[in-house]
Amino acid sequence: MGKKLLIHNDKVPGIHTLEVYRQHGGYASVEKALKTMSPEAIVEEVKKSGLRGRGGAGFPTGMKWSFLAKPEGVARYLVCNADESEPGTFKDRYLMEKIPHALVEGMITSSFALGAKTSYIYIRGEYFYVARILEAAIAEAYAAGFLGKNILGTGYDLDLYVQVGAGAYICGEETALLESLEGKRGNPRIKPPFPAIAGLYGCPTVVNNVETIAAVVPIINMGGEEYAKIGIGRSTGTKLISASGHINKPGVYEIELGLPVEEFIYSDEYCGGIWKNKKMKACIPGGSSVPILPTELLLKTAAGEPRLMSYESLSDGGFATGSMLGSGGFIVFDEDTNIAENLYTFTRFYHHESCGQCSPCREGTGWMEKIAHRIVHGHGKASDIDLLWDIQKRIEGNTICPLGDAAAWPVASAIRHFRAEFEAMIPKTELAH
Amino acid sequence: MAKVTIDGQTVEVPDGTTILQAARMIGGDVAPPTMCYHSKLKTSGGYCRTCIVKVSKGSDKDPRPMPKLVASCRTTVMDGMEVQNNTSPEVVDARKGVVEFLLINHPLDCPVCDQAGECHLQDLGYKNGGEGTRFDFERRTFERKDIGDKIQLHMNRCILCYRCVKTADQICDGRVHGVMNRGDVSEISTYIEKAIDNDFSGNMIDVCPVGALTDKTFRFKSRVWFTKPMDAHRDCKKCSGKVTLWEKGDEVLRVTGRKDQWGEVEEWICNDCRFDHKKITDWVIEGPRKIDHKSVISQNHYMKLAQPHYKKLDK
Amino acid sequence: MSNPVNIKFSDASLALIQNIMSRYPEGKQKSALIPVLHIAQADFDGWLSPQTMDLVASVLKIQSVEVYEVASFYSMFHLAPVGNCVFDVCRTSSCWSRGADNIIAHIGKRLGIKPGETTSDGMFTLKAVECLGSCGTAPMLQCGASFHENLTPEKVDALIDSYRAAGTRRSYTDMDYKNTL
Repeated sequence: MGKKLLIHNDKVPGIHTLEVYRQHGGYASVEKALKTMSPEAIVEEVKKSGLRGRGGAGFPTGMKWSFLAKPEGVARYLVCNADESEPGTFKDRYLMEKIPHALVEGMITSSFALGAKTSYIYIRGEYFYVARILEAAIAEAYAAGFLGKNILGTGYDLDLYVQVGAGAYICGEETALLESLEGKRGNPRIKPPFPAIAGLYGCPTVVNNVETIAAVVPIINMGGEEYAKIGIGRSTGTKLISASGHINKPGVYEIELGLPVEEFIYSDEYCGGIWKNKKMKACIPGGSSVPILPTELLLKTAAGEPRLMSYESLSDGGFATGSMLGSGGFIVFDEDTNIAENLYTFTRFYHHESCGQCSPCREGTGWMEKIAHRIVHGHGKASDIDLLWDIQKRIEGNTICPLGDAAAWPVASAIRHFRAEFEAMIPKTELAH
Repeated sequence: MAKVTIDGQTVEVPDGTTILQAARMIGGDVAPPTMCYHSKLKTSGGYCRTCIVKVSKGSDKDPRPMPKLVASCRTTVMDGMEVQNNTSPEVVDARKGVVEFLLINHPLDCPVCDQAGECHLQDLGYKNGGEGTRFDFERRTFERKDIGDKIQLHMNRCILCYRCVKTADQICDGRVHGVMNRGDVSEISTYIEKAIDNDFSGNMIDVCPVGALTDKTFRFKSRVWFTKPMDAHRDCKKCSGKVTLWEKGDEVLRVTGRKDQWGEVEEWICNDCRFDHKKITDWVIEGPRKIDHKSVISQNHYMKLAQPHYKKLDK
Repeated sequence: MSNPVNIKFSDASLALIQNIMSRYPEGKQKSALIPVLHIAQADFDGWLSPQTMDLVASVLKIQSVEVYEVASFYSMFHLAPVGNCVFDVCRTSSCWSRGADNIIAHIGKRLGIKPGETTSDGMFTLKAVECLGSCGTAPMLQCGASFHENLTPEKVDALIDSYRAAGTRRSYTDMDYKNTL
């Protein structure tokens, strides 16, 4: 049984209330941080912990924090990215719904570390009910003196608000999120400048994922060095994995990074194996954007090493034979799954979610959906598979924000590993040409 | 100051200059093509991706290349930076891809489009595009919306460069149009039927790189290449009064702002000058306007293309 | 300028809007736009008419076009009338892999409508939507603030019956949400 730091108390009755949360050691990190640590010391602990952004990109959090500009007399902001929208990912929702105070606590400690006096949790609009749960937790925290003026008598003031979105995957991109929070269309900004220099309202801003913020709590409690001992190599700590698809036990699991993929899928502690006693055909290990892998490459790297649930191991082999840990959206497909049809749902998704600002993504995502639709409906042309490949290649890397890449990678990997399935759907009469 | 080398040519430019501006200082083909960037509009550029270039050396200080192609209009130079535009096959291919993306849903109705002959998309397609199209689906179309009696909106032709929106924001007194919806059904619109009408709204026509916004008072009057551009001015209380008249015989068919060699407006003009002064006697004529921008028609590209075929036919 | 309007928010909604507007720094009240549009949609028949959007513009002191641009960007805002209960049925990968298409077909058959349509009595609108973050409890649908998960045709039937019996409009802003996570 691996270590659990984030959702170990998720089954405790009443854990969503401040009272029960405190009985289980809640808000200790706030007491420790605000009363005994300097903001710089907190940033230092987060750096030592090796914590990497849990939203998908895996960028070292401590480094991101240390980039934050601190000009005199200018407000700084911490914005929590709770716009969880990557297909296959629902861990943040679980954490916020079950243990809302874990996020609130992390927000207070992190805001203090960054010198933010006002912080926002931007949550996707569809999670309206989760926003209600968070608001109730925040109200409790205000009443208990953890938020507002002069927190715990330390002289530190912080206001924390929940802001709801209204249905747009792109708002998970940090600059689109900031635009949306400013009451605008969720169009990603052109970078530079990065949010650390000019973010919300043009002020220095850090945007962090829910799970990242929540992980700051155990890091402060146990110390960065202790946290870094958990996990494997540069993949330190624990990670929430959203497991879905054709498995016996879909759900959110907290794993210690470095857990063998095979154990995660087949152990009763986690996914409990493939449903209906079937075999696994493929898996998307890190949310819809990351490359899909056939079973043999999922369980073992091309070099024959057992694949582990870690940033490094899952990306071993690059895109040719590897994938990514991404957001931890782990989607499993059984032997009966038509990979081309699944890909069609992704092309439709990215087409629907493209903001439309830049031409390769705006035009390319729609084109890919049309071709994928044609293929899975039996009207594909012999040239369609190569055309799909070519379109994704011309989108990748050429867009304002990573949505272009996110739309391209699933197409590339599905064709790379399952080309025969696409070919099988092209009418024979077409192939004869 | 920063030294930057683009396609092998070095130029020294003030700090904060973009790669595009530096390339334009070198001039000629070294300057990447643009569709959405406009030098007189703040925060323009970055959307169309036609001006992407490869930064093969970041700077003298940090010589690492940039991992992706970058929009030259929104990337500032660093001292010692080395950039590849036409000399990079990767850039040439990616740009060809961008042209294809811009054209897959474009109606290609150039024969009935007033912009033909001075259309940046025509130029771009001719110079940087591939032959034919691989897009064999029905093209996207939009319902026609009226935005007033002076400006014609053809949304089907729009490439969403945002220039007209930025013009309304930065030049006009209040904006009533914008980009509605998202993704590939995004459209320029007032949402509810409303006339775009204020003193400087006509500039939106001039900044439109394609035939999406055209001058209704010029509609179907003439192909631009049959008109004679003349620089002229008048005393105007609202604007500089410096314009280009597009004449046919003694008639002024159209009044526009003056555009520089990159096809970008030099000075904004008011609607009075543009729409309400169409008599030659309204103006002091300065002389013929040289159209520097390499339009398809002004280069006689089509003739060069067509000539071999004519010769064949002659035989 | 926002266009003139002749409708009003209720006092309770106005108080809530004032509270939301106080969450942002001076001069940044446009930040309240999306939360206020949610309130407006719930208050004015479940959709955002031009009139409703103009009201929002006047309350936030921004131009009407700024509201139209934003409202038309986000998929949860309805720019045309919808039924009392909008069924947002997820159909992306994980839900697809566990039978979302069958659920959509079943609802469609049961209600006699296709995705995008509203029943003639104005009770239900069916929408096929993209990932709602409920992949581990697929297939699922959202109605108002409530998530209905691990759906089967039988569960869907019961759901339709209970919503029809209640007969009320459901909004994303509802406080009496349910979820089955």
